[in-house]
Amino acid sequence: MVDTTFTQPAQTGARPDGLRGVATDWASDQRAFKNVSWGKAMMWIFLLSDTFIFGCFLLSYMTARMSTAVPWPNPSEVFGLHIGGVSVPLLLIAIMTFVLISSSGTMAMAVNFGYRRERRKTALLMLATALLGATFVSMQAFEWTKLISEGVRPWGNPWGAEQFGATFFMITGFHGTHVTIGVIFLIIIARKVLRGDYDVERRGFFTSRKGNYESVEIMGLYWHFVDLVWVFIFAFFYLW
Amino acid sequence: MVDVTPDAASPVPPAEVAEVELYHPHSWWTKYVFSQDAKVIAIQYSATALGIGFVALVLSWLIRLQLGFPGTFDFITPEAYYQFITMHGMIMVIYLLTALFLGGFGNYLIPLMVGARDMVFPYVNMLSYWIYLLAVLVLVSSFFAPGGPTGAGWTLYPPQAIMTGTPGGQDWGIVLMLSSLILFVIGFTMGGLNYVVTVLQGRTRGMTLMRLPLTVWGIFTATVMALLAFPALFVACVMMLLDRVLGTSFFMPAIIEMGEQLQHGGGSPILFQHLFWFFGHPEVYIVALPAFGIVSDLISTHARKNIFGYRMMVWAIVVIGALSFVVWAHHMYVSGMHPYFGFFFATTTLIIAIPTAIKVYNWVLTLWRGDIHLTVPMLFALAFIVTFVNGGLTGLFLGNVVVDVPLSDTMFVVAHFHMVMGVAPIIVIFGAIYHWYPKITGRMLNEAMGQFHFWVTFLGAYLIFFPMHYLGLMGVPRRYNELGDMALLSESAHQLNAFISIMAFIVGFAQLVFLFNLIWSIRHGREAGGNPWRATTLEWQTPQTPPAHGNFGKELPVVYRWAYDYSVPGAKEDFIPQNEPPSAYAASRGAV
Repeated sequence: MVDTTFTQPAQTGARPDGLRGVATDWASDQRAFKNVSWGKAMMWIFLLSDTFIFGCFLLSYMTARMSTAVPWPNPSEVFGLHIGGVSVPLLLIAIMTFVLISSSGTMAMAVNFGYRRERRKTALLMLATALLGATFVSMQAFEWTKLISEGVRPWGNPWGAEQFGATFFMITGFHGTHVTIGVIFLIIIARKVLRGDYDVERRGFFTSRKGNYESVEIMGLYWHFVDLVWVFIFAFFYLW
Repeated sequence: MVDVTPDAASPVPPAEVAEVELYHPHSWWTKYVFSQDAKVIAIQYSATALGIGFVALVLSWLIRLQLGFPGTFDFITPEAYYQFITMHGMIMVIYLLTALFLGGFGNYLIPLMVGARDMVFPYVNMLSYWIYLLAVLVLVSSFFAPGGPTGAGWTLYPPQAIMTGTPGGQDWGIVLMLSSLILFVIGFTMGGLNYVVTVLQGRTRGMTLMRLPLTVWGIFTATVMALLAFPALFVACVMMLLDRVLGTSFFMPAIIEMGEQLQHGGGSPILFQHLFWFFGHPEVYIVALPAFGIVSDLISTHARKNIFGYRMMVWAIVVIGALSFVVWAHHMYVSGMHPYFGFFFATTTLIIAIPTAIKVYNWVLTLWRGDIHLTVPMLFALAFIVTFVNGGLTGLFLGNVVVDVPLSDTMFVVAHFHMVMGVAPIIVIFGAIYHWYPKITGRMLNEAMGQFHFWVTFLGAYLIFFPMHYLGLMGVPRRYNELGDMALLSESAHQLNAFISIMAFIVGFAQLVFLFNLIWSIRHGREAGGNPWRATTLEWQTPQTPPAHGNFGKELPVVYRWAYDYSVPGAKEDFIPQNEPPSAYAASRGAV
């Protein structure tokens, strides 16, 4: 009678596929996501939370744009570049987007080489990613400068609804901050890779936790997320 | 290191992850101040939250001084009154309740209850507390800033929140308030990620999700909700800060102030309300769900009976958490939004009554024919059920559009939310402190002082908030610093207000007894031993009390059963700890 409430937990070993496997994992002890480390789980959940932040920003922008009583500035004119007297719409943004998407490519390669423990290649690819990220931020700074010199301010602009400048600076600024933080951490982790910290499982300066090459992948998750968010900002700001 | 060799006969799978070495503090500073031990962080969180909570208590006295005896106290100007109610509300909801339940109880109980050595990322966890403390300090600093704290009401509705007429609107008050909230969200996120990952990925052997104590389920679900709801508050604060500092117009429509056209135009105040309540409604349940969980464990332990319908209790928590994200606009029935929205949100709001009622019935059915010990924690748990049902029933009134519209912005609303998310969760906090204090300090809280504290608080809270419903039905508006000669109010309304105020002072002073008890019992309380309540959950099975760094000594406990094996027929004792092996298995290994 004593053991009436005792139930057999899910046995490890061969786990079933598909939905059944998910149910088995969630019914089991210790970990709900098997083979997912703490750090990776934490990054995924943080990104989910961050998604809600960007979601709220973009929804607020859409609300402002849809409910405005004055005309919204025409994006293909506002964001166009004049090159040799010809107005090319979205040229800068196209390049910026290309650069950022490419940086996701180098990041993915860095993750791959990280797991093969090819220190030099991993570090160089991460630095390349950081460089592309920095290029992106620089071009964004250029774009801001151009818009500001044309009279766009958070509280107004020459062409129409004043929410244009406000939402634009706020959302691209928030995204740019994410990219900048990413660049900083890319450099930090690239340095650790180059120094061989992850081969000897050297302990982190602050956390005193042993490091390993998974950090590269977790860094990659963040970087791809920042990239993905840009796709939405691009679509909603420049293509709408 | 745990024994990872698989034991063929063992009913529990082997360990999947090798243990992570803990950070060992080297100095007094890293052991007690910049500690990475979740238990120390929990105490820091709790002490800070209770400290700022006492500020909120004093503010509530000032509010009641003015409402009970209008015109008597010159220093409570209308501006000061608005500052008091704003800061009282904000402190109670965010800096006390959220921080205490998640930062305090979450940090202390999650690792102990799931059988972990610590949170998964202790360093981030430590940062979480220090950023929270910074947020509190920024909040407190607004009391000393030019113009004083903001008086915009705890909901901070624009446009008034950042205009000249509102205290702190064009001074420092609102800027410090918004900055403090932004810091709070950042700090909370760091802690919250830890709590979620620890529950999902850091449990001990044998601890399945469906063996977690309901306390952990409540805190876990609330944390997930907070991680999804606080972003809306964060965004709303950033945008309002920009409106105030940079002169943008996210929330500011074209508006004329004192005969002058302001430099704003085209913004939507309703957008703020949507963002705010997308955070604000889940926030109610962020506070309530940990209370639900804790109270389930208190009732089960002190009634010596397993919780009735454990699975339903878990699912009810999850369903309430999910539903609370689709009801936010019931706070906005009078905001001028489309009436069809009201219909939708009234429906979803009333649906929440179903899982909530399941929980209430299950608590009552747990008590039914239980061996009820009327200890102080149990008294608080019982008081919670009653109070929560009371507050919940007035929620049905306010959830319906046609009833809400006339009651909106009356004292009825004040009475409702104080009952359901003020008194009810705080009563659980008290119960929980009486329950876990012996584990935290090794000594019991004084019983006599506890009984006194309970009866004065419980009865007093009713004497405060019951009459408020009546005042609200008569039409007494909230947020008015004095009623003056309103024709619709009888003399009795004023007398009732004075009565409420006197009760508020009495209940407030009872909290000082509680505070004294907390301090006095650290040295003079009765020795508690490791498991004074004879409870089953893992935190009571630690080798040391208070638990040492790393919680469980050399080997982590292995869990063989759920958390509610009380009064099992045929068992030697009336409780079986979660880490006690089933008898057949124990016999096979030669253990008793």
